Amino acid sequence: MTKIIEKDTIIGKRVRKMDAPDKTTGRTRYVNDMVLPRMLYGKILRTDRVHAKILRIDTEKAKAVPGVHAVLTGADTPDFGIGVLKDNPPLKKDRVRCIRDEIAAVAAESEEACDEALRLITVEYEDLPTVFECEDALKDGAPVIHEERPDNIAMAQHFDHGDIEQGKAESDFIVEGDYNVHYVTHCNMGVSCAVADIDPDGRVTLYSQSQYPFIMKMDIAPSLGMHPGDVRIVQPPVGGAFGSKLDVYPYEPICVLLAKATRRPVKVIFSREEEFIASPTRQPVEFKIKAGMKKDGTLTFREVDTLLNNGGYTSWGATTPYVTMRTITSHYKVPHIHYSAKAVYTNNPFAGSFRGYGNVQATWAIETHMDKMAEIGGFNPIEFRLKNANEPDEITPQGSNLGCIDLVGCLNTAAEKSDFLAKWAKYKDGWDSPERYKRGIGIAASLHNAGGAKIHKSDGCGTIIKMDDYARITVITGASEIGQGIDTVIAQIMAEELGIPMRDVTIVANDTATGPWDVGVHASRTTYIAGKSAQRAAQKAKAQILDAAAKQSNVSADALDLRGGHVVQAEDGVAVMPLDRLLRQMHFAGEAAQLVIQSDYYEPPTESEDENHVGDMSAAYSNAVHVAEVIVDTFTGEVKVETVWSVQDVGRVINLTGLEGQIEGGIAMGLGYALSEDLKIEKGIVKNPFFRDYHLFTAPEMPRIDMTFIETMDSEGPAGAKGIAELPTIVIAPAVGNAVYNATGVRIDHPPVSPEKLARGLFEREQRMRQAAE
Amino acid sequence: MPLQVDVTFTLNGRTTRVGVPVGASALTILRERLDLAGAKLACGEGECGACTVIVDGQSLNSCLMPAVDLEGREVLTVEGLWTDAGIDPVQDAFIEHGAVQCGFCTPGMIMQIRYLLDRNPNMSEDEIRRGLEGNVCRCTGYKKIIDAVIAAGRTATA
Repeated sequence: MTKIIEKDTIIGKRVRKMDAPDKTTGRTRYVNDMVLPRMLYGKILRTDRVHAKILRIDTEKAKAVPGVHAVLTGADTPDFGIGVLKDNPPLKKDRVRCIRDEIAAVAAESEEACDEALRLITVEYEDLPTVFECEDALKDGAPVIHEERPDNIAMAQHFDHGDIEQGKAESDFIVEGDYNVHYVTHCNMGVSCAVADIDPDGRVTLYSQSQYPFIMKMDIAPSLGMHPGDVRIVQPPVGGAFGSKLDVYPYEPICVLLAKATRRPVKVIFSREEEFIASPTRQPVEFKIKAGMKKDGTLTFREVDTLLNNGGYTSWGATTPYVTMRTITSHYKVPHIHYSAKAVYTNNPFAGSFRGYGNVQATWAIETHMDKMAEIGGFNPIEFRLKNANEPDEITPQGSNLGCIDLVGCLNTAAEKSDFLAKWAKYKDGWDSPERYKRGIGIAASLHNAGGAKIHKSDGCGTIIKMDDYARITVITGASEIGQGIDTVIAQIMAEELGIPMRDVTIVANDTATGPWDVGVHASRTTYIAGKSAQRAAQKAKAQILDAAAKQSNVSADALDLRGGHVVQAEDGVAVMPLDRLLRQMHFAGEAAQLVIQSDYYEPPTESEDENHVGDMSAAYSNAVHVAEVIVDTFTGEVKVETVWSVQDVGRVINLTGLEGQIEGGIAMGLGYALSEDLKIEKGIVKNPFFRDYHLFTAPEMPRIDMTFIETMDSEGPAGAKGIAELPTIVIAPAVGNAVYNATGVRIDHPPVSPEKLARGLFEREQRMRQAAE
Repeated sequence: MPLQVDVTFTLNGRTTRVGVPVGASALTILRERLDLAGAKLACGEGECGACTVIVDGQSLNSCLMPAVDLEGREVLTVEGLWTDAGIDPVQDAFIEHGAVQCGFCTPGMIMQIRYLLDRNPNMSEDEIRRGLEGNVCRCTGYKKIIDAVIAAGRTATA
C-alpha cells in the first residue's frame, strides 16, 4: 500500500519547552544545587569601606578555625585584574574602591566554619576621600579612583554626524530635557554561584552560570595564572541570568583559587543580601538632550550628552553607550546628530550588562523626549512618530542597514488595537478634574539589533549533528541554554528540516569541552545565529541523506524530501523508505559507511564598527511599539498598569509559546524598571539589599497583555526569524511614563515613577495651577 | 557541633527519620540531608516563595520553618507529585502552557498552586493572582503560570 505523507510545518507552532518536564518535577539540578564528592564551601570577606587603603590583613585566627582548609588574600593570588579594563583584581591587595570589594576568601568543610573564619579576620584601613557623583568625580582635585586614569574617565565615546548648528538653524522648536535613569539589578532567582574542580595536571573545570563560556576561558585564565586552554567551562542549568553573567566577576577566580589551594572541589554561593550588594547593576545614566523640529514635525537635530556612573571598576556597564548610541543616531530619522558618553569612576558599586544593554536607558530618554516634542509641536504622539519613522532598508547615520523593518506598521497597529487617539484625547482633558482615579494612555517605540551584534572578532556559532541507526538526532551546539528556550528552538528547526518528531532530538550544550565555539548568549542573538547554524547543519545532513536515498530509489535527490520519519517523493508525498532504515544502510555499507555527521559554523554578514562607530554590526534590526493604559491614584501616586498592547516585528514566529513568554517576561521586568525597582545607593552603600525593600512585580500587579507579532521574514534569519527578547524590556517603561503624563499632566523624567515622586509631582502641579488661577 | 535531634515525619508518603541540627531550617534538611533539591533557596527570608512545600495541607516557606518542627508532620515536596499515576496535573499544565523558563521558581510555584487548587479548583483569575502574590518569578511575567493554573483547575473539576 502506498503511504502518503503530506508536508507539514512545526515552525510558528506552540511546542513544549524541552527542559520543562525536569524543571516541573524538581529533577533539574542547578549550579546552586551542585554537590561534588569532597567539596568544600568558599566564602568571601568584603570590605565595609567604600574607599580606603588596606594597611594590614590578619588571617591567623581564621586559619585556626576547625574545618578551615585555606584562607587567601590578595598577597596569595596572581597580580592580574579582571573585567573589561582589567582594573579589578579578584582579591584586593592594597586598596578598596567600593563596598563590594573582596578582601579575603576562606574554604572550609561547612558554611558555618567559613562564617566563623570570616568573623575572625581583621583588616586595618586608612580611609581615603570619597566621590559618588559623576559631576564631582570630573572636577579638578577630585579623588582619583584609579591612578592610571587620573581624570576618572573609564571610557568615553562620541559620535557626530551632519552639522548640529545647521540643524539648530533649521529648527522651529528646540526642546531640552534631562533624564537621570537609576540603578536596578537583575535579581536572578538563582543567586551567583560557582563550583571549581581542579585536577593534578592543573586543569580546572568551572561549573558556572556564565553566558559567554568560550570567551570566559580567555578572560578568567590570567587571574588564575593558568592557560585558557586549561579552563573548561560547564554551564549547568541556571536560575536566570539576563545579562548578569557576561563578564568574569571576582567570586569566580576566587572559587578556582580556593580549589587550587585546597586540591578539593570548592563551591562559592552568595546569600541574597550579597547578591544585591555584589552582583552587577544596570548602568545609571544622566542624559542631557536637546532636539529640534520644524513646524511640520520633521526632526532637525538631536544633541545628547551622557554621564555614566561607572563605580569603582569597569565591567560591561561602561560599554553600554555603544548600544545607547544606535538609538540616539538611528531611532527615527534625524539628519544632524551629536552624542557623547563618559563612564566616570566613583566609589559606587559598578554596573554590568543587563537585558536591553544601554537601550533601556536610551529609549526611556528618547521616547519621553519625543512625547514632549510632539506636544510642543502640536502633534499627537502617533502622527509625530509616524512623521519621523524609519523606513525599510534605510541606512542610518551609523551605517546600520535597517533591512526589512516595519516601524510604521508597528505604530499603526498599536494605535488601532488600543484605540489610542480617542482615549488619549479624552484622558488628557481630565487633568484638572477632581476625580481620585485617573486614566492615561501612552505609547513608545524602540529600535534594537535583532541579528546579533559584532562586538567580538566573530559573532558566530557552531553546530555538530549526529544521526544514529534509529533516526534519533543529537545536536551539539555552541549556544547557551539559560532558560530562554534555545534548545527547544534548535530542536524545532531540526525537526522541521529533517522531518522527524522533536522528541527524537537531543540537544547537547553548555560545555566548552564538547561544544563548538559561540560568542555567548546576549544581544538577542541566539535564535538568529545559533538557530541559523543549526538550520544550515540540518540542511547539509538532509542533502547527504537524500543523496544516499537517491542512489537506492532511482529518484533524483532534488525530487525527494524528508517527512514523518520517511524519505518521500517531494511532489506527491509518497513514502520511499523509512529514514531509520536508510540511516542503518548508510551506516553499515562496509567501507563506504558514512554515518550522518555534519557540522556548520555560521558567521552573520555583519561588520564591526570602525573607529568612528560606523558599521553595520547586526545582520537585522527590529522595532517594538508598546501602548500602556494606566490608572493613577492621585491621592497616593500609585500607578496600576491595566493593559499593555505589544506590537513587535519578530521576523517570523518559531515557537509561539516561547515567544509570548519572552515578551510577557520582558514586560514584567520593564514594568519593574518603570515603577517599582530602585536599588538605593547612598554614599556608595546599597541601602535595600532585600526583596522586601526592592520590589519585583508580582502576579496581582501584572497587566493584561495583548500581543501582535509582525512577520517581516528576515532574509538571513532562520526561517525568517529575528532576535526578540530585549525589545519588550526596552520599550515598556517610557510607554508607562507617557501614560502617566496623559493621565495627570505630570512628567516624571527620572524613573522609577514611584508613588512618592508622582504624589509630589501632582502636588506641585496643583500648586502651580492654583497660583496661575490667582 | 550544634546539638542534633532526631525527627520523624511523613515525607512524600513515606515515614522518614533524620537527625537535624537545632536551628537548621526545614529547607536545609530537605535539600542537604534528604537530597530533595526541588525546593530552592532563593532569599532565605520568606520573601520569594521558591522554597514552598506543603506541610499538613498548608503551603509554607520551608526556609522559615525550623526543621525540628517537622516532627510528626506530613510533608509534600515537588518530588512527591510524580506518582504511580503520573505527574500532577499542575506539572502537566506548566509544561503544556509554557509556564517554565529558567524554572528556579517553578517547584515552589507548583506547590503553592497545588495547595490553592486543593482548597478551590474553581478560582477566578483574581483569586489565582492573589494566591501567587508570595511567589516571585523573574522570567515569565506570570501570564503563562496563571494560564496553567486555570487549565489544571479544569482538569481537577472535569
